[in-house]
Amino acid sequence: MTSAGARRARRVLVERLIMILLIAASSVAILTTIGIVLSLIFESIQFFRQIPITDFVFGLHWSPQTAIRADQVGASGAFGAIPLLVGTLLISAIALCVSGPVGLMAAIYLGEYASHRFRSIVKPVLEALAGIPTVVYGFFAAIVVAPMLRNSGEAIGLDVSSESALAAGLVMGIMTIPFVSSISDDAITAVPASLKEAALGLGSTRSEAIRNVILPAALPGIAGGLLLAASRVIGETMIVVMAAGLAAKLTLNPLDAVTTVTVQIVTLLTGDQEFDSAKTLAAFALGLLLFVVTLALNVTALRIVKAYREQYD
Amino acid sequence: MTDITETQIRMARRLARRHGAEKRFKLLALLAAWIGLVFLGVLLFTVIKSGHTALLQTEVLLKVTLQGSDLGQPVSGDRSEAVAGANYNAVIKRALRETFPEVKGRSQLRELYGLVSVAAAYEVREAMMEHADPVGNTVAIWVTASDDVDLIIKGTVPRTAPEEQRHLSDRQMNWIESLEKADGIKAKFNTNFFTSGDSREPELAGILGGAMGSLYAILVCLAISFPLGVASAVYLECFAPKNKVTEFIEVNINNLAAVPSIVFGLLGLAIFLNVFMLPRSAPLVGGMVLSLLTLPTIIIAGRAAIKAVPPSVREAALALGASPIQAVFHHVLPLAMPGILTGTIIGTAGALGETAPLLMIGMVAFIVDVPTSVVDPATVLPVQIFLWSDIPEKAFVERTSAAILVLLSFVCLLNLVAVYLRRKFEIRW
Repeated sequence: MTSAGARRARRVLVERLIMILLIAASSVAILTTIGIVLSLIFESIQFFRQIPITDFVFGLHWSPQTAIRADQVGASGAFGAIPLLVGTLLISAIALCVSGPVGLMAAIYLGEYASHRFRSIVKPVLEALAGIPTVVYGFFAAIVVAPMLRNSGEAIGLDVSSESALAAGLVMGIMTIPFVSSISDDAITAVPASLKEAALGLGSTRSEAIRNVILPAALPGIAGGLLLAASRVIGETMIVVMAAGLAAKLTLNPLDAVTTVTVQIVTLLTGDQEFDSAKTLAAFALGLLLFVVTLALNVTALRIVKAYREQYD
Repeated sequence: MTDITETQIRMARRLARRHGAEKRFKLLALLAAWIGLVFLGVLLFTVIKSGHTALLQTEVLLKVTLQGSDLGQPVSGDRSEAVAGANYNAVIKRALRETFPEVKGRSQLRELYGLVSVAAAYEVREAMMEHADPVGNTVAIWVTASDDVDLIIKGTVPRTAPEEQRHLSDRQMNWIESLEKADGIKAKFNTNFFTSGDSREPELAGILGGAMGSLYAILVCLAISFPLGVASAVYLECFAPKNKVTEFIEVNINNLAAVPSIVFGLLGLAIFLNVFMLPRSAPLVGGMVLSLLTLPTIIIAGRAAIKAVPPSVREAALALGASPIQAVFHHVLPLAMPGILTGTIIGTAGALGETAPLLMIGMVAFIVDVPTSVVDPATVLPVQIFLWSDIPEKAFVERTSAAILVLLSFVCLLNLVAVYLRRKFEIRW
């Protein structure tokens, strides 16, 4: 009896230990978030000690250089983030203009029109687009899409930059098609079939049922999905590093070269630099900006999607 | 009567319009479904078209004679040391002059020597050191041609291209043609591409360095994220009390999954490199950053897999006297494992293609040596692709594409394994 009791006591001890380990493992996710927030904020504070925060948030010029000598030409670098934000938004807007309609329509076709066979072949292939590493998209954008746009622009007398926002945006849009289409698919299938059947029963054609009944009912879910896609596009790095420009230019012309927040983070941090210069610290301030913007988008999107799901449950 | 027919006509017109709209809508939707497919097709076609030539590498047959005067000065008087230390650049230049005795003059000779790669000296040295009696004998050795010759032989650059495009003079073209007539030049399988690290010379650059870096980083990533991910999933799904803290962890994990990957790179730079002082450019740090990136994916997939196991399994174990931990670890977890593994593999495939966070922690350096441990400086396959894509030399374009093909096949393979696991072990309760 005593040995059984001892074994039981040991088991309880071991199990308590295991439970502590499990809890510790679950806290890693929180620690990661805390680590991200703390490291970004800490380095950003150091940055804002050197560059006033108002210059960063409202400044219209971005030319990050720090002086080696005090009397050097252009000694004071400009750290205004507005051109980067505008560039990021321009490329993101182009991407969403591609992936939004295309992803949504593809989801509609696969969900409402396609034969079982077509669906079973096309859906996995579309999802494969999401599995391709972004560096491959970047290569394709830089080697194929950008020269193609430049040449066709020349043919009709347009001056297209070889690092145009359009090339990066288009390829990024293609990349997010599977993302938008799978979320749209979820949103559309969540609409009760009775709504569609009622519309069809009253004599509407399929497209009328989709446009007038299903889409309005699924709109919150689709909007949430688009916000998630936007957050992904804003944070995307490799495509823009390889296909977009480096010089910050305040423009809304999609044929011009613009730069983005992520491109600048990469440019500032690759190569050898001492860690405390404003240049390196600026990358963390940009990282903080990126984190805050994408977090806001994600939280809003997840809220919308969740609230919408509950509506029909 | 007229009213009715008029109404009928109007209705018929309207119906035709509505059916037309239906057709147009359907066509538009079909078009949208095709856009992704067409793009994927064009992308694969482009990469294969420009990348398949990197599988071949042009070599030149040299008849080399090692003379006594070429030998190095051995410290110990050892003969093999003398052979190893010989001046092989001079040997190769002499062999080329003997093949084309008509070539005279400094600039012409320089053009002639430019036909073979700088690696030729190492290749001849290796062959001579294996030779039983190297000195005085004429040995025929295939040596690597320079990248410009390579592109011409493989037809990547047309022979009729203007001089400044093919980077070869008309004289050099004539030599290449006479070599071809004598079967002294041909494209062979490019083993070097798969067995060596990076190089500034395109004909010497290979992907092994990047591939090994990727392997080490992925192993570190899995060693950290798999146990942590499974443990978190088990805790959150089976044991966690339903309260605010648990809810916060859940929201936190969902958000973490959507944080841009480059931010994880910043975290790695600030914490792993600057606070913990871990080595820069090491697969160890790369793997740690990747593990934080894949952790949310594994947790989410793990929870879904555990949730799919019916509660009756756990309840039966509990009823027979198992403790809650035993019930989960002996009965629920094994049944959920295929699902967890599928999620892990898909997460790994994503981590394998990840580039941006690794740029932040210095894995973007130019590294020739193939890494042999997780703390050696290294780069990874996607970063290697990024580095090569930045080089304007034409010979690197085909290598970039070939490296992309290798990366895509690994990613594809991982995803196929995941699909196979899901099909094979899927349990319908």
